Amino acid sequence: MKHAGDGATWDRGTEWLRGKGDAADVVMSSRVRVARNLAGFPFTTKATHDDRVQILDLCRRRVMGGEFQQAAGAERVMWIDLHDVEELEREVLVERHLISRQHARGRLATGAGGADAPRAVAVSLPDERVAVMVNEEDQLRIQVIRSGLALGELLGEIDAVDDALEGGLDYAFHPRFGYLTACPTNVGTGIRFSVMLHLPGLKLTGEIERVKRAAEDMSLAVRGFYGEGSEAAGDFYQVSNQTTLGKSEPVLLHEMQREIVPRIVDYERHARRTMMDKRRRVLEDKVHRALGVLRSARLMRAGEAMGLLSHLRLGVVLGLIDDVDQHAVNELMLLVHPAHLQRSVGRPLSQPERRIERATLVRTRLGGDT
Amino acid sequence: MLCENCGQREATIHEVLIKGGTKVEQHLCETCAQHAGVQAKGSPPISELITKYMMSPGTAKGEAPPSCPSCGLGYAEFRQSGLLGCPACYDAFETRLSPLLERAHEGGSHHVGKVPRRALAEKQAGGAGMERLLGDARTRAERLESLRRQLSDAVEGEQYERAAHLRDELRRAASIESEPGSHPEAPSGEADGR
Repeated sequence: MKHAGDGATWDRGTEWLRGKGDAADVVMSSRVRVARNLAGFPFTTKATHDDRVQILDLCRRRVMGGEFQQAAGAERVMWIDLHDVEELEREVLVERHLISRQHARGRLATGAGGADAPRAVAVSLPDERVAVMVNEEDQLRIQVIRSGLALGELLGEIDAVDDALEGGLDYAFHPRFGYLTACPTNVGTGIRFSVMLHLPGLKLTGEIERVKRAAEDMSLAVRGFYGEGSEAAGDFYQVSNQTTLGKSEPVLLHEMQREIVPRIVDYERHARRTMMDKRRRVLEDKVHRALGVLRSARLMRAGEAMGLLSHLRLGVVLGLIDDVDQHAVNELMLLVHPAHLQRSVGRPLSQPERRIERATLVRTRLGGDT
Repeated sequence: MLCENCGQREATIHEVLIKGGTKVEQHLCETCAQHAGVQAKGSPPISELITKYMMSPGTAKGEAPPSCPSCGLGYAEFRQSGLLGCPACYDAFETRLSPLLERAHEGGSHHVGKVPRRALAEKQAGGAGMERLLGDARTRAERLESLRRQLSDAVEGEQYERAAHLRDELRRAASIESEPGSHPEAPSGEADGR
């Protein structure tokens, strides 16, 4: 069993946690992904073990070639054979938003595959801005990710990366349906624009459900911190387009970047202002109470940590707390999850142990009791 | 208005379908609509859509559901998982997939947007390769028509920035039609007068 990367590899910093960029007070990160498949092969659903190995090989050669690295603007590219690493390493990748939960397990909705199904991910280093999953539900899932609202820049980047890969691969493309994907909900452009929004203000004013319903009426998907099926931990909501057929990439981009996201951002800011003007004491209490618990608790569950960190982030962004840095809070939102926690301690932990270690980590990082 | 199916309850769900090129209107009550697989709003998950479609009259007339000649995936299998087996499935199930796709993609039926670089190279070479990747004359005409519709909607709705993107896309698609051999991403300068 190999390790996916030494500690140093991961600790050099994920770009999307920086807390920089447009509308970073509300938009934690932007992400664009495209789904591609190779002509001449069945989709992953029907691929044999030999097909998968062959696809993996074709993609590895392409990804490790210089053209991809250059298009991705990477210092270097790390290729990880997921069937060959420990489960904990795969979980670390899930928590870092570099692979899907489904890709970690290796099993599709059809039940095909399993932990040792040949599959991989390639990650651009040092900032992890580009990742390519190979042999997921689609043979290639390319993603680019950045902090703040930056969907336009990301579209340019993913376009270049996609072209660099296609230079040596023959994509499955249909005159009427466009880029062909295993699930017809992705066919056409195969593109998905998404933003991770931090909406504690709308949660506090009780308007969050209305925003969610409105988004769903506009054919958008609203999901939690870890995508499909996940809870909205810490008031984070991932919003993305569902339509991929009949609208071009620039039109989809325009809808998200100019029409939809700014409106939600405005609502959230308005909710925060309302809280500041009308219920300042309540807000201050929530924020300082969160910091107090984070700096003092001896036992903590991941869900509780995310909720408290969410309030703390709100306090930092609103200037109610000035001795904590937003980047530090963002980073903790990653480090409190089980796989990262176990990796930082350097051994597997039982659930009760995790609660102790999590509380200790948070206390230390935020300058609380030692 | 009463439901046109049961004639008893008030019709609350109204739908316009395009069937074989002609417009068909449906006015149903909620109960009958549910039976017919008509959705009141939103986009339900595709597996749900698939189930509803299979229950709806017209598709479940006892004919054996087809399977893909290339990978052997049966339509029933797709209905269960929502996943197709290979690129050829799209042709094998085209008639059954079309209404599903339109519902899942806000009415979208033809791809608009990026095409592989390979398609552009084929286009420069002209001939059958281009048709295989970008479609026959009819497919291409339908694509243009759909873009024109979206453009006029955008202009009517005073969504000018959106209209500008659509105009770019339309120009790109039209250049494929009119100037075989030129690069669609670099349309001739005269078209740039907006």
